[in-house]
Amino acid sequence: MSAQIPLDDILAIEHLLSEDEKLARDTIRSWIKERYRPLLNQAHRDGIFPVEIIPEIAELGVFGANIEGYDCAGMNNVSYGLVMQELERGDSGLRSLVSVQGALVMYPILTFGDEEQRQKYLPKLAKGEFVGCFGLTEPMAGSDPGAMKTTAKKDGDSYVLDGVKAWITSSPIADIAIIWAKCVDEDNIIRGFIVERDFNGFTTPDIEGKFSLRASPTGEIHLNECRVPAANMLAASGGLKSPLSCLTQARYGIGWGVTGAAMDCYQTVLDYGLERIQFNQPIASFQLYQSYLAEMATQLVNMQLLTLHYGRLKDAQALSPIQVSMLKRHNVAAARKIASDARSMLGGIGITDAYPVMRHMMNLESVYTYEGTHEIHTLALGRALTGISAFD
Amino acid sequence: MKILVTVKRVEDPEIKIKIKADGSGLESEQMKYVVNPFDEIAVEEALRLRDTHEGEVVILSLGVADCAQQIRTALAMGADRGVHVLTDETLDPTLASLAMQKVIEDESPDIVLMGKQAVDDDMGQTGVMLAERLGWGQASFASKEASLESEEEKSKQTALNVSDNKVTVVREVDGGIETLCLNLPALITTELRLNIPRYASLPGIMKAKKKEIKEFPLRDLIGDAQPLVEVLKMEKPAARAAGMIVSDVPQLMEKLRNEAKVI
Repeated sequence: MSAQIPLDDILAIEHLLSEDEKLARDTIRSWIKERYRPLLNQAHRDGIFPVEIIPEIAELGVFGANIEGYDCAGMNNVSYGLVMQELERGDSGLRSLVSVQGALVMYPILTFGDEEQRQKYLPKLAKGEFVGCFGLTEPMAGSDPGAMKTTAKKDGDSYVLDGVKAWITSSPIADIAIIWAKCVDEDNIIRGFIVERDFNGFTTPDIEGKFSLRASPTGEIHLNECRVPAANMLAASGGLKSPLSCLTQARYGIGWGVTGAAMDCYQTVLDYGLERIQFNQPIASFQLYQSYLAEMATQLVNMQLLTLHYGRLKDAQALSPIQVSMLKRHNVAAARKIASDARSMLGGIGITDAYPVMRHMMNLESVYTYEGTHEIHTLALGRALTGISAFD
Repeated sequence: MKILVTVKRVEDPEIKIKIKADGSGLESEQMKYVVNPFDEIAVEEALRLRDTHEGEVVILSLGVADCAQQIRTALAMGADRGVHVLTDETLDPTLASLAMQKVIEDESPDIVLMGKQAVDDDMGQTGVMLAERLGWGQASFASKEASLESEEEKSKQTALNVSDNKVTVVREVDGGIETLCLNLPALITTELRLNIPRYASLPGIMKAKKKEIKEFPLRDLIGDAQPLVEVLKMEKPAARAAGMIVSDVPQLMEKLRNEAKVI
C-alpha cells in the first residue's frame, strides 16, 4: 500500500490563510462537530430547527460576522466564507439561518436603513435576540421577482402592507421580516420594510412536507392589511436592485457553504470506502470507486479555489454580481453532484441517516433552486457574456 | 486579581501522528497543533474567576514562534494579554518550570492555573516542579462537585472559591471528594471535570489580534541551565496480528492451549 495524501495537502491553501482566518474556521468546525452534530439527526427526523441552540450560535458571533460595529465581529469576507463553509459542513439548514440573518436581514438594514434602525435592530440580531427573515419571493413571483403583487400604501404615519410571500427561510420562528413591496403611491417602486412579529396582520404559516432543509423552518408570510410605522421603511432602498444586492451577499456565502457540505460527503465516502470490505478487499480499491473519488477531489479543489479567489476580491471590493452568480452556480452544481455520487457509493446504508450524505444531498436540492435557480444563473451568465438577455 | 495560565502547544489529539524516521520525536510537517485540552480548562476557569473578581488573565506559553497561535486562541477566548518565551529547544519539565518561574516572579500573579498534564508527553510534572520552585501551595487535579451538566456549570460559575486571600479547591480522591484551602499565591492544576471550556468567538478572534504578547528569548531567562531528562527514542507499538474467528468452544480451548499457549 502506498502513502495516502490528504485532500488538504493537495489543496494546500493553509499558507494562503491568515492565523485568524484559520482560527475562525477551526473554531466553527469544532463547534459543529461537538455541539451541533449531536442534535442534528433528531432535528432532521422531526423536521424542526433546534431553536434552543440560537443563543449559543449567537455567542460564537456568526450572525453578521462580516459587519463592522453594532456588536458584530467585523471579520473579513474570507473568514466569513470559511464560517459558512463549516456551518454547512454541519447542515445547510443551519447555514441558511445564518446566511439569512446576516446577508438578507442585517445587510439591508445596514445598507438601506437609517442610524436609528441600525441601532434598534442590528445588535439584537447579532446577539440572536431577534431572528430575521427576508420576504421577496411570492407564489406567483419566483425567478421573476419584479412581478410581485405585495403592495405598500401610505396612510398617515404608517404604511399598510398587503400580499403573500412564499418559501421564506426562518419565517415561522422570525421576530422580524424584511418585506419587499411595491409602493403604490410612488409609481410602484419596490422598497423594503422592517415588519415585526407582533404587528397586526402578520402571520407565518409553515410549509410542510419538505424533503429538503428539514432542520430549517420554512414558511409563508401573510400580510393582511399589516400596518407598519413609516419609520420602519428602509428609506435608501428603491427598485429591484435593492433586494437583488442582498441576494448577492447571500449567494457569496452559499458558494462557500456548499463547499463544506461537499467536503463532508467526500470525507464520509473516503473513510467508508477504505473500511468497507467486499470481494475480500476495501471497496476503495476498485477502479469505479477511485474514479468517483478522483473526480470529487478535483471538484473540491476547484470549488475552494473559486471561493478563496472571489473572497479576496470581495475584500478588495472588486467582486461583481456576475462573478457571484458564477460562484453560486458552479459550486452548488458541483456539490450536488458530489453528494449524489457519494450517496450511491455508500450503497444501501447511504439512504439512512447513519451517514450525513443523503441529508446533504436532499438539502442541496433546495440550495440548487433558492437564491436564483441554477437555470436563472445560467441565463444571467449568458446575458453577461453575450450582452443579449434570453429572459427579459 | 491577577491569574496567570500556562498554555502548551500540542499535536492535535484528533490527528494521526507520525514518528520521525530516526525516532527522535514526532514529525511536525503537515501536523496540526492545538492548545493542550487540560490548559483550555485552566483558561476557562481563569476567565470565570476574572469575571467574578475583576482583574486580568495573562497567558504564558513556551516554545517555537508558532506558539503565538495558541496564545492567540486563549486571547480569543477572552484572556487579556500574553507572554511568549521563545525557543526552538525541546524542554523537559525542569527547564519548562524554571522558565515559568522566572516569568511568574516578574508578573507576581495571585493564582497560577495550568492543566494537570499535557496530552503530548503526559509527564504531568511541570506543575509540581513549578510550585516547588516558587515555594507556593499547590492543589493538583482541581475538579468540582457539581456535574458538567448542572445549572452551576451552565451559568459558568467558578469552581474555585476565592476569598480573604485564600482559595478553596475541590479534588476527586478515591471514593470521595476532598476540599483544600490554600493561601494565595497558589498554583492549581486542572482536571477534565472542572468545567467545559468556551469556544473562541469570532468577535473574540478579532479583539485578540490587538492584544499584547510580550516575547522573551528562553536563554535570557534561564541562562545555560540544562535539561535533566532526555527522550532517547519514540516508537510505535508493534502492529497486532489479525484476529481469527473460531467455530466453537472446543476449538477455542485447543487454540488457547496449543497456539497461544496461555492455558
